[in-house]
Amino acid sequence: MSLSADLAAALRGDAQADRVVPPTGFTVSLTVFTAGAMAFLAVFAMALSLATGRLADRWGSELARSATVRISAPAGQTEAQVQAAVRVLQTTPGVASVRVLDEAEQRALLEPWFGPDLPIEALPVPRMIDVVEEGRGYDAEGLRLRLAAEAPGAVLDDHTRWRRPLIQAAGRLRALGVVSAVLIACATAAMITLAANAALAANAQVIGVLRLVGARDNYIARAFVRRFTLRALTGAAAGTVLGMAAVALLPRASAEGGFLTGLGFQGWHWLWPLIIPPIAAVVAFWATRIAAFRSLRELM
Amino acid sequence: MIELNDVSYSYGGGELLSGIDLTLAPGSFHFLTGPSGAGKTTFLKLCYADLLATAGRVSAFGQDARAMGRDDIARLRRRIGVVHQDCQFLDHLSVTENVALPLTVSGRDVVAEAENLTSLLSWVGLGDQGDSLPPQLSGGERQRAALARAVIMAPEIVIADEPTGNIDWEMSLRLLTLLVELNKMGKTILIATHDLNLIRTAKQQVSARVLRIHNRGIQLAGADL
Repeated sequence: MSLSADLAAALRGDAQADRVVPPTGFTVSLTVFTAGAMAFLAVFAMALSLATGRLADRWGSELARSATVRISAPAGQTEAQVQAAVRVLQTTPGVASVRVLDEAEQRALLEPWFGPDLPIEALPVPRMIDVVEEGRGYDAEGLRLRLAAEAPGAVLDDHTRWRRPLIQAAGRLRALGVVSAVLIACATAAMITLAANAALAANAQVIGVLRLVGARDNYIARAFVRRFTLRALTGAAAGTVLGMAAVALLPRASAEGGFLTGLGFQGWHWLWPLIIPPIAAVVAFWATRIAAFRSLRELM
Repeated sequence: MIELNDVSYSYGGGELLSGIDLTLAPGSFHFLTGPSGAGKTTFLKLCYADLLATAGRVSAFGQDARAMGRDDIARLRRRIGVVHQDCQFLDHLSVTENVALPLTVSGRDVVAEAENLTSLLSWVGLGDQGDSLPPQLSGGERQRAALARAVIMAPEIVIADEPTGNIDWEMSLRLLTLLVELNKMGKTILIATHDLNLIRTAKQQVSARVLRIHNRGIQLAGADL
Protein backbone atom coordinates (compact mmCIF):
# COMPACT_ATOMS: atom_id res chain seq x y z
CA MET A 1 0.00 0.00 0.00
CA SER A 2 1.40 3.43 -0.91
CA LEU A 3 2.08 6.07 1.74
CA SER A 4 -0.69 8.34 0.51
CA ALA A 5 -3.09 5.40 0.70
CA ASP A 6 -1.75 4.69 4.19
CA LEU A 7 -2.40 8.29 5.22
CA ALA A 8 -5.90 8.11 3.75
CA ALA A 9 -6.50 4.81 5.54
CA ALA A 10 -5.18 6.35 8.75
CA LEU A 11 -7.81 9.07 8.54
CA ARG A 12 -10.61 6.86 7.23
CA GLY A 13 -10.22 4.24 9.93
CA ASP A 14 -11.20 0.63 10.38
CA ALA A 15 -13.62 -0.07 13.22
CA GLN A 16 -12.41 -3.65 13.68
CA ALA A 17 -8.74 -2.70 13.67
CA ASP A 18 -9.38 0.21 16.03
CA ARG A 19 -10.77 -2.15 18.65
CA VAL A 20 -7.67 -4.33 18.57
CA VAL A 21 -5.31 -1.87 20.28
CA PRO A 22 -6.69 -0.63 23.60
CA PRO A 23 -6.50 3.12 24.18
CA THR A 24 -3.75 4.26 26.53
CA GLY A 25 -5.06 7.21 28.53
CA PHE A 26 -2.08 9.44 29.23
CA THR A 27 -0.67 9.31 25.71
CA VAL A 28 -4.02 10.60 24.40
CA SER A 29 -3.89 13.68 26.62
CA LEU A 30 -0.17 14.18 26.00
CA THR A 31 -0.51 14.09 22.22
CA VAL A 32 -3.60 16.29 22.07
CA PHE A 33 -2.08 18.83 24.47
CA THR A 34 1.30 18.89 22.71
CA ALA A 35 -0.25 19.28 19.28
CA GLY A 36 -2.58 22.01 20.58
CA ALA A 37 0.19 23.97 22.33
CA MET A 38 2.53 23.70 19.36
CA ALA A 39 -0.18 24.77 16.92
CA PHE A 40 -0.93 27.77 19.16
CA LEU A 41 2.76 28.77 19.07
CA ALA A 42 2.93 28.08 15.33
CA VAL A 43 0.10 30.57 14.72
CA PHE A 44 2.14 33.26 16.50
CA ALA A 45 5.34 32.33 14.66
CA MET A 46 3.40 32.56 11.41
CA ALA A 47 1.86 35.92 12.39
CA LEU A 48 5.32 37.26 13.29
CA SER A 49 6.82 35.99 10.06
CA LEU A 50 4.06 37.44 7.89
CA ALA A 51 4.06 40.77 9.76
CA THR A 52 7.82 41.20 9.41
CA GLY A 53 7.50 40.27 5.75
CA ARG A 54 4.92 43.02 5.29
CA LEU A 55 7.11 45.43 7.23
CA ALA A 56 10.17 44.65 5.11
CA ASP A 57 8.15 45.15 1.94
CA ARG A 58 6.68 48.41 3.19
CA TRP A 59 9.97 49.84 4.41
CA GLY A 60 11.63 48.70 1.25
CA SER A 61 9.09 50.14 -1.15
CA GLU A 62 8.33 53.36 0.74
CA LEU A 63 11.95 54.28 1.31
CA ALA A 64 13.03 53.11 -2.09
CA ARG A 65 10.56 55.42 -3.85
CA SER A 66 11.65 58.59 -2.05
CA ALA A 67 14.82 60.58 -1.49
CA THR A 68 15.81 63.80 0.24
CA VAL A 69 18.06 66.60 -0.97
CA ARG A 70 19.58 68.57 1.89
CA ILE A 71 21.01 72.01 1.19
CA SER A 72 23.50 73.56 3.57
CA ALA A 73 24.78 76.81 2.11
CA PRO A 74 26.17 80.06 3.54
CA ALA A 75 23.51 82.61 4.53
CA GLY A 76 22.30 84.48 1.44
CA GLN A 77 23.05 81.62 -0.96
CA THR A 78 20.59 79.12 0.44
CA GLU A 79 17.52 80.18 -1.50
CA ALA A 80 19.45 80.38 -4.80
CA GLN A 81 20.86 76.91 -4.29
CA VAL A 82 17.42 75.57 -3.40
CA GLN A 83 16.01 76.94 -6.65
CA ALA A 84 18.97 75.59 -8.62
CA ALA A 85 18.55 72.15 -7.05
CA VAL A 86 14.80 72.17 -7.78
CA ARG A 87 15.50 72.97 -11.43
CA VAL A 88 18.03 70.15 -11.65
CA LEU A 89 15.60 67.73 -10.04
CA GLN A 90 12.67 68.75 -12.21
CA THR A 91 14.69 68.03 -15.33
CA THR A 92 16.00 64.68 -14.10
CA PRO A 93 14.42 61.63 -15.74
CA GLY A 94 12.86 59.29 -13.19
CA VAL A 95 11.87 62.04 -10.74
CA ALA A 96 8.08 62.21 -10.36
CA SER A 97 7.77 65.19 -8.04
CA VAL A 98 9.87 67.66 -6.12
CA ARG A 99 8.68 69.56 -3.08
CA VAL A 100 10.59 71.99 -0.88
CA LEU A 101 9.68 71.57 2.77
CA ASP A 102 8.44 74.84 4.29
CA GLU A 103 9.43 76.22 7.67
CA ALA A 104 6.42 74.72 9.46
CA GLU A 105 7.17 71.22 8.15
CA GLN A 106 10.83 71.49 9.17
CA ARG A 107 9.78 72.71 12.62
CA ALA A 108 7.44 69.72 12.92
CA LEU A 109 10.31 67.39 12.06
CA LEU A 110 12.53 68.88 14.75
CA GLU A 111 9.81 69.28 17.37
CA PRO A 112 10.19 65.82 18.94
CA TRP A 113 13.82 66.65 19.80
CA PHE A 114 13.84 70.40 20.48
CA GLY A 115 10.26 71.21 21.52
CA PRO A 116 7.62 73.43 19.87
CA ASP A 117 9.29 76.78 20.61
CA LEU A 118 12.40 76.27 18.52
CA PRO A 119 13.32 79.56 16.72
CA ILE A 120 14.08 77.75 13.49
CA GLU A 121 14.49 80.99 11.49
CA ALA A 122 17.38 81.99 13.73
CA LEU A 123 19.26 78.72 13.30
CA PRO A 124 21.41 77.56 10.37
CA VAL A 125 19.07 74.64 9.65
CA PRO A 126 19.58 73.12 6.20
CA ARG A 127 16.66 73.26 3.74
CA MET A 128 15.10 69.99 2.70
CA ILE A 129 13.67 68.95 -0.65
CA ASP A 130 11.46 65.86 -0.81
CA VAL A 131 11.93 63.86 -4.01
CA VAL A 132 9.58 61.11 -5.20
CA GLU A 133 10.70 58.67 -7.91
CA GLU A 134 8.73 57.29 -10.82
CA GLY A 135 9.17 54.36 -13.16
CA ARG A 136 12.59 52.78 -12.86
CA GLY A 137 13.92 55.69 -10.79
CA TYR A 138 16.77 58.09 -11.48
CA ASP A 139 20.50 57.70 -11.89
CA ALA A 140 21.67 58.65 -8.38
CA GLU A 141 25.35 59.11 -9.34
CA GLY A 142 24.48 61.30 -12.32
CA LEU A 143 22.13 63.39 -10.18
CA ARG A 144 24.81 63.87 -7.51
CA LEU A 145 27.25 65.17 -10.12
CA ARG A 146 24.70 67.59 -11.57
CA LEU A 147 23.72 68.84 -8.10
CA ALA A 148 27.37 69.35 -7.20
CA ALA A 149 27.78 71.50 -10.30
CA GLU A 150 24.58 73.58 -9.90
CA ALA A 151 24.11 73.67 -6.12
CA PRO A 152 27.36 72.84 -4.30
CA GLY A 153 25.63 72.77 -0.90
CA ALA A 154 23.16 70.07 -1.98
CA VAL A 155 23.52 66.53 -0.66
CA LEU A 156 21.35 63.75 -2.10
CA ASP A 157 20.25 61.15 0.43
CA ASP A 158 18.53 58.24 -1.34
CA HIS A 159 17.92 56.44 2.01
CA THR A 160 20.08 53.48 1.05
CA ARG A 161 22.05 53.53 4.28
CA TRP A 162 18.78 53.65 6.32
CA ARG A 163 16.91 51.19 4.22
CA ARG A 164 19.47 48.38 4.11
CA PRO A 165 19.71 47.61 7.89
CA LEU A 166 15.93 47.96 8.29
CA ILE A 167 15.24 45.48 5.49
CA GLN A 168 17.97 43.20 6.84
CA ALA A 169 16.41 43.29 10.32
CA ALA A 170 12.94 42.57 8.96
CA GLY A 171 14.32 39.77 6.79
CA ARG A 172 16.05 38.21 9.79
CA LEU A 173 12.88 38.44 11.85
CA ARG A 174 11.03 36.70 9.05
CA ALA A 175 13.73 33.98 8.91
CA LEU A 176 13.42 33.67 12.70
CA GLY A 177 9.69 33.06 12.27
CA VAL A 178 10.39 30.31 9.72
CA VAL A 179 13.05 28.75 11.98
CA SER A 180 10.55 28.86 14.87
CA ALA A 181 7.95 27.07 12.74
CA VAL A 182 10.50 24.36 11.82
CA LEU A 183 11.53 23.98 15.48
CA ILE A 184 7.87 23.72 16.50
CA ALA A 185 7.34 20.97 13.90
CA CYS A 186 10.46 19.12 15.15
CA ALA A 187 9.41 19.46 18.80
CA THR A 188 5.94 18.18 17.90
CA ALA A 189 7.49 15.20 16.11
CA ALA A 190 9.74 14.50 19.11
CA MET A 191 6.88 14.65 21.62
CA ILE A 192 4.62 12.49 19.47
CA THR A 193 7.46 9.99 18.99
CA LEU A 194 7.86 9.79 22.78
CA ALA A 195 4.12 9.34 23.27
CA ALA A 196 3.96 6.73 20.49
CA ASN A 197 6.90 4.83 21.99
CA ALA A 198 5.16 4.87 25.38
CA ALA A 199 1.96 3.56 23.78
CA LEU A 200 3.88 0.88 21.88
CA ALA A 201 5.70 -0.20 25.06
CA ALA A 202 2.43 -0.28 27.01
CA ASN A 203 0.94 -2.48 24.30
CA ALA A 204 3.90 -4.83 23.85
CA GLN A 205 1.79 -7.84 24.80
CA VAL A 206 -0.96 -6.85 22.35
CA ILE A 207 1.61 -6.43 19.58
CA GLY A 208 3.11 -9.83 20.40
CA VAL A 209 -0.31 -11.51 20.15
CA LEU A 210 -1.08 -9.72 16.87
CA ARG A 211 2.21 -10.89 15.35
CA LEU A 212 1.53 -14.44 16.49
CA VAL A 213 -1.88 -14.55 14.82
CA GLY A 214 -0.41 -13.33 11.53
CA ALA A 215 -0.67 -9.54 11.62
CA ARG A 216 1.69 -7.75 9.27
CA ASP A 217 3.80 -4.87 10.63
CA ASN A 218 1.86 -2.46 8.43
CA TYR A 219 -1.43 -3.50 10.04
CA ILE A 220 -0.11 -3.08 13.59
CA ALA A 221 1.64 0.21 12.80
CA ARG A 222 -1.51 1.57 11.14
CA ALA A 223 -3.55 1.04 14.32
CA PHE A 224 -1.14 3.32 16.22
CA VAL A 225 -0.49 5.72 13.35
CA ARG A 226 -4.20 6.37 12.83
CA ARG A 227 -4.74 7.04 16.50
CA PHE A 228 -1.84 9.48 16.85
CA THR A 229 -2.56 11.21 13.53
CA LEU A 230 -6.15 11.91 14.55
CA ARG A 231 -5.10 13.07 18.03
CA ALA A 232 -2.51 15.45 16.55
CA LEU A 233 -5.07 16.72 14.02
CA THR A 234 -7.65 17.34 16.76
CA GLY A 235 -5.17 19.01 19.12
CA ALA A 236 -3.65 21.15 16.37
CA ALA A 237 -7.09 22.24 15.14
CA ALA A 238 -8.02 23.37 18.67
CA GLY A 239 -4.63 25.09 19.14
CA THR A 240 -4.93 26.83 15.78
CA VAL A 241 -8.42 28.14 16.55
CA LEU A 242 -7.25 29.44 19.93
CA GLY A 243 -4.11 30.95 18.38
CA MET A 244 -6.14 32.70 15.67
CA ALA A 245 -8.54 34.02 18.29
CA ALA A 246 -5.61 35.34 20.35
CA VAL A 247 -4.10 37.02 17.27
CA ALA A 248 -7.49 38.53 16.43
CA LEU A 249 -7.59 40.06 19.91
CA LEU A 250 -4.24 41.85 19.40
CA PRO A 251 -4.52 45.65 18.96
CA ARG A 252 -5.20 46.72 15.39
CA ALA A 253 -2.34 48.12 13.32
CA SER A 254 -1.90 51.85 13.88
CA ALA A 255 0.73 54.46 13.03
CA GLU A 256 1.09 55.34 16.73
CA GLY A 257 1.61 51.75 17.79
CA GLY A 258 4.20 51.12 15.09
CA PHE A 259 5.44 47.59 14.53
CA LEU A 260 3.91 45.99 17.66
CA THR A 261 0.32 46.73 16.64
CA GLY A 262 0.81 45.33 13.18
CA LEU A 263 1.49 41.73 14.28
CA GLY A 264 -1.86 40.25 13.29
CA PHE A 265 -2.90 38.64 10.03
CA GLN A 266 -4.28 40.81 7.27
CA GLY A 267 -6.69 39.92 4.47
CA TRP A 268 -6.23 36.49 2.94
CA HIS A 269 -3.27 35.84 5.26
CA TRP A 270 -5.91 34.67 7.77
CA LEU A 271 -6.08 31.49 5.66
CA TRP A 272 -2.43 30.63 6.32
CA PRO A 273 -2.94 29.16 9.85
CA LEU A 274 -5.39 26.65 8.38
CA ILE A 275 -2.43 24.67 7.02
CA ILE A 276 -1.15 24.04 10.57
CA PRO A 277 -3.54 21.15 11.52
CA PRO A 278 -2.86 19.15 8.30
CA ILE A 279 0.89 19.70 8.76
CA ALA A 280 0.62 18.52 12.39
CA ALA A 281 -1.26 15.43 11.16
CA VAL A 282 1.46 14.67 8.58
CA VAL A 283 4.20 15.18 11.20
CA ALA A 284 2.34 12.84 13.61
CA PHE A 285 1.78 10.29 10.84
CA TRP A 286 5.49 10.09 10.05
CA ALA A 287 6.70 10.28 13.67
CA THR A 288 4.39 7.44 14.74
CA ARG A 289 5.04 5.37 11.65
CA ILE A 290 8.82 5.54 12.11
CA ALA A 291 8.53 4.81 15.87
CA ALA A 292 6.13 1.91 15.27
CA PHE A 293 8.23 0.21 12.60
CA ARG A 294 11.39 0.66 14.71
CA SER A 295 9.66 -1.03 17.67
CA LEU A 296 8.19 -3.80 15.53
CA ARG A 297 11.56 -4.64 13.99
CA GLU A 298 12.73 -5.63 17.48
CA LEU A 299 10.05 -8.36 17.55
CA MET A 300 10.14 -11.56 15.48
CA MET B 1 5.29 -29.33 5.27
CA ILE B 2 7.72 -28.40 8.05
CA GLU B 3 11.22 -29.71 7.72
CA LEU B 4 14.16 -29.33 10.11
CA ASN B 5 17.62 -30.25 8.86
CA ASP B 6 20.50 -30.43 11.35
CA VAL B 7 18.92 -27.63 13.35
CA SER B 8 20.57 -26.21 16.46
CA TYR B 9 19.51 -23.39 18.71
CA SER B 10 21.77 -21.65 21.19
CA TYR B 11 20.79 -19.09 23.76
CA GLY B 12 22.95 -17.16 26.22
CA GLY B 13 26.08 -19.08 25.30
CA GLY B 14 24.53 -22.51 25.84
CA GLU B 15 23.17 -24.89 23.20
CA LEU B 16 19.52 -25.77 23.90
CA LEU B 17 18.82 -27.88 20.82
CA SER B 18 21.38 -29.58 18.62
CA GLY B 19 21.46 -31.49 15.32
CA ILE B 20 17.71 -31.95 14.97
CA ASP B 21 16.34 -33.58 11.82
CA LEU B 22 12.58 -33.94 11.54
CA THR B 23 9.83 -33.78 8.96
CA LEU B 24 6.20 -33.06 9.83
CA ALA B 25 4.26 -34.70 7.01
CA PRO B 26 0.76 -33.52 6.03
CA GLY B 27 -1.96 -35.12 8.15
CA SER B 28 0.45 -36.50 10.74
CA PHE B 29 -0.08 -36.35 14.50
CA HIS B 30 2.97 -35.76 16.70
CA PHE B 31 3.49 -35.44 20.40
CA LEU B 32 6.63 -33.76 21.66
CA THR B 33 7.58 -34.62 25.20
CA GLY B 34 10.48 -34.11 27.54
CA PRO B 35 11.24 -32.64 30.95
CA SER B 36 10.58 -28.98 31.74
CA GLY B 37 13.30 -26.77 30.29
CA ALA B 38 14.31 -29.38 27.73
CA GLY B 39 13.43 -27.03 24.87
CA LYS B 40 9.91 -28.11 23.81
CA THR B 41 8.63 -24.53 23.52
CA THR B 42 11.82 -23.47 21.72
CA PHE B 43 11.34 -26.31 19.23
CA LEU B 44 7.74 -25.21 18.57
CA LYS B 45 8.81 -21.59 18.15
CA LEU B 46 11.36 -22.66 15.54
CA CYS B 47 8.50 -24.33 13.64
CA TYR B 48 6.39 -21.18 13.37
CA ALA B 49 9.37 -18.82 12.97
CA ASP B 50 9.04 -17.11 16.31
CA LEU B 51 12.71 -18.01 16.73
CA LEU B 52 15.35 -18.58 14.07
CA ALA B 53 17.70 -21.55 14.27
CA THR B 54 21.30 -20.61 15.06
CA ALA B 55 22.47 -23.44 12.78
CA GLY B 56 20.82 -25.73 10.26
CA ARG B 57 17.73 -25.09 8.17
CA VAL B 58 14.05 -24.88 9.07
CA SER B 59 11.69 -24.75 6.14
CA ALA B 60 7.94 -24.35 6.23
CA PHE B 61 5.84 -25.05 3.15
CA GLY B 62 9.06 -25.16 1.13
CA GLN B 63 10.33 -21.78 2.28
CA ASP B 64 13.51 -21.34 4.31
CA ALA B 65 12.60 -19.55 7.56
CA ARG B 66 15.86 -17.62 7.50
CA ALA B 67 15.06 -16.20 4.06
CA MET B 68 11.57 -15.08 5.05
CA GLY B 69 10.78 -11.39 5.32
CA ARG B 70 8.55 -10.10 8.10
CA ASP B 71 5.48 -10.20 5.85
CA ASP B 72 6.33 -13.79 4.85
CA ILE B 73 6.45 -14.74 8.53
CA ALA B 74 3.05 -13.11 9.06
CA ARG B 75 1.65 -15.11 6.13
CA LEU B 76 3.23 -18.32 7.52
CA ARG B 77 1.49 -17.78 10.86
CA ARG B 78 -1.85 -17.63 9.08
CA ARG B 79 -1.14 -21.16 7.83
CA ILE B 80 -0.06 -22.47 11.24
CA GLY B 81 -2.54 -22.27 14.12
CA VAL B 82 -0.85 -22.02 17.51
CA VAL B 83 -2.37 -22.74 20.93
CA HIS B 84 -0.20 -21.33 23.71
CA GLN B 85 -0.14 -22.62 27.24
CA ASP B 86 -1.11 -19.15 28.52
CA CYS B 87 -3.53 -18.67 25.59
CA GLN B 88 -2.38 -15.07 24.91
CA PHE B 89 -5.71 -13.31 24.58
CA LEU B 90 -6.41 -9.62 24.33
CA ASP B 91 -8.36 -9.14 27.54
CA HIS B 92 -10.23 -6.03 26.36
CA LEU B 93 -11.83 -7.97 23.48
CA SER B 94 -14.68 -10.45 23.78
CA VAL B 95 -14.11 -14.16 23.23
CA THR B 96 -15.68 -13.88 19.76
CA GLU B 97 -13.41 -10.95 18.86
CA ASN B 98 -10.37 -12.84 20.13
CA VAL B 99 -11.29 -15.93 18.13
CA ALA B 100 -11.85 -13.73 15.07
CA LEU B 101 -8.52 -11.91 15.53
CA PRO B 102 -6.67 -13.83 12.77
CA LEU B 103 -9.50 -12.88 10.36
CA THR B 104 -9.39 -9.25 11.49
CA VAL B 105 -5.63 -8.88 11.05
CA SER B 106 -5.69 -10.55 7.65
CA GLY B 107 -8.25 -7.99 6.47
CA ARG B 108 -11.17 -10.41 6.10
CA ASP B 109 -14.69 -9.25 6.82
CA VAL B 110 -15.53 -10.65 10.23
CA VAL B 111 -19.23 -9.85 9.81
CA ALA B 112 -19.35 -12.04 6.69
CA GLU B 113 -17.73 -14.85 8.68
CA ALA B 114 -20.22 -14.59 11.57
CA GLU B 115 -21.84 -17.92 10.79
CA ASN B 116 -18.49 -19.73 10.72
CA LEU B 117 -17.53 -18.05 13.98
CA THR B 118 -20.74 -19.16 15.69
CA SER B 119 -20.39 -22.74 14.56
CA LEU B 120 -16.70 -22.76 15.54
CA LEU B 121 -17.53 -21.49 19.03
CA SER B 122 -20.25 -24.17 19.30
CA TRP B 123 -17.76 -26.82 18.13
CA VAL B 124 -15.41 -25.95 21.03
CA GLY B 125 -18.39 -25.73 23.43
CA LEU B 126 -18.33 -21.97 23.88
CA GLY B 127 -21.51 -21.11 21.97
CA ASP B 128 -22.89 -19.16 24.93
CA GLN B 129 -19.64 -17.50 25.95
CA GLY B 130 -18.97 -15.44 22.83
CA ASP B 131 -19.66 -12.11 24.51
CA SER B 132 -17.64 -12.88 27.64
CA LEU B 133 -14.23 -11.40 28.22
CA PRO B 134 -11.29 -13.86 28.43
CA PRO B 135 -10.69 -13.30 32.17
CA GLN B 136 -14.26 -14.51 32.78
CA LEU B 137 -13.50 -17.95 31.29
CA SER B 138 -12.20 -20.98 33.16
CA GLY B 139 -8.83 -22.51 32.24
CA GLY B 140 -10.39 -25.18 30.05
CA GLU B 141 -12.66 -22.70 28.32
CA ARG B 142 -9.69 -20.44 27.61
CA GLN B 143 -7.78 -23.35 26.05
CA ARG B 144 -10.75 -24.26 23.86
CA ALA B 145 -11.16 -20.61 22.83
CA ALA B 146 -7.44 -20.55 21.98
CA LEU B 147 -7.95 -23.68 19.86
CA ALA B 148 -10.87 -22.01 18.07
CA ARG B 149 -8.65 -19.00 17.32
CA ALA B 150 -5.88 -21.31 16.11
CA VAL B 151 -8.15 -22.99 13.53
CA ILE B 152 -10.31 -20.04 12.40
CA MET B 153 -8.08 -19.50 9.34
CA ALA B 154 -8.32 -23.20 8.43
CA PRO B 155 -4.55 -23.71 8.86
CA GLU B 156 -2.78 -26.78 7.56
CA ILE B 157 -0.89 -27.27 10.82
CA VAL B 158 -2.01 -26.83 14.43
CA ILE B 159 0.69 -26.51 17.07
CA ALA B 160 -0.24 -26.65 20.76
CA ASP B 161 2.19 -25.85 23.58
CA GLU B 162 1.19 -27.64 26.80
CA PRO B 163 -2.51 -27.12 26.01
CA THR B 164 -3.62 -29.17 29.03
CA GLY B 165 -1.05 -27.78 31.44
CA ASN B 166 -3.49 -25.75 33.52
CA ILE B 167 -6.73 -27.70 33.18
CA ASP B 168 -8.32 -30.74 34.78
CA TRP B 169 -8.37 -34.21 33.22
CA GLU B 170 -11.95 -33.98 31.96
CA MET B 171 -11.19 -30.70 30.17
CA SER B 172 -7.95 -32.19 28.83
CA LEU B 173 -9.92 -35.05 27.25
CA ARG B 174 -12.39 -32.61 25.66
CA LEU B 175 -9.52 -30.63 24.18
CA LEU B 176 -7.79 -33.81 22.97
CA THR B 177 -11.01 -34.93 21.28
CA LEU B 178 -11.11 -31.65 19.35
CA LEU B 179 -7.48 -32.00 18.27
CA VAL B 180 -8.09 -35.60 17.14
CA GLU B 181 -11.13 -34.41 15.16
CA LEU B 182 -8.95 -31.78 13.47
CA ASN B 183 -6.39 -34.45 12.57
CA LYS B 184 -9.15 -36.58 11.05
CA MET B 185 -10.04 -33.55 8.91
CA GLY B 186 -6.49 -33.73 7.52
CA LYS B 187 -4.72 -31.21 9.69
CA THR B 188 -1.17 -31.82 10.87
CA ILE B 189 -1.03 -31.72 14.66
CA LEU B 190 2.03 -31.12 16.86
CA ILE B 191 1.46 -31.05 20.62
CA ALA B 192 4.13 -30.37 23.22
CA THR B 193 3.18 -31.95 26.53
CA HIS B 194 4.67 -33.74 29.49
CA ASP B 195 1.28 -35.36 30.26
CA LEU B 196 1.96 -39.04 29.47
CA ASN B 197 -1.64 -40.04 30.27
CA LEU B 198 -2.86 -37.67 27.57
CA ILE B 199 -0.43 -39.23 25.08
CA ARG B 200 -1.53 -42.79 25.97
CA THR B 201 -5.20 -41.80 25.62
CA ALA B 202 -4.56 -40.13 22.28
CA LYS B 203 -2.73 -43.15 20.91
CA GLN B 204 -5.88 -45.16 21.45
CA GLN B 205 -7.76 -42.80 19.12
CA VAL B 206 -5.22 -41.80 16.51
CA SER B 207 -1.95 -42.94 15.02
CA ALA B 208 0.48 -40.59 16.71
CA ARG B 209 4.27 -40.40 16.74
CA VAL B 210 5.78 -39.49 20.06
CA LEU B 211 9.02 -37.53 20.00
CA ARG B 212 11.17 -36.95 23.03
CA ILE B 213 13.76 -34.22 23.55
CA HIS B 214 16.77 -35.87 25.12
CA ASN B 215 20.30 -34.50 25.42
CA ARG B 216 19.39 -31.52 23.19
CA GLY B 217 18.37 -33.86 20.38
CA ILE B 218 15.06 -35.43 19.33
CA GLN B 219 14.42 -39.15 19.42
CA LEU B 220 11.38 -41.31 18.76
CA ALA B 221 9.89 -42.44 22.07
CA GLY B 222 9.72 -46.18 22.62
CA ALA B 223 7.02 -48.63 23.60
CA ASP B 224 7.06 -47.32 27.18
CA LEU B 225 4.47 -44.85 25.94
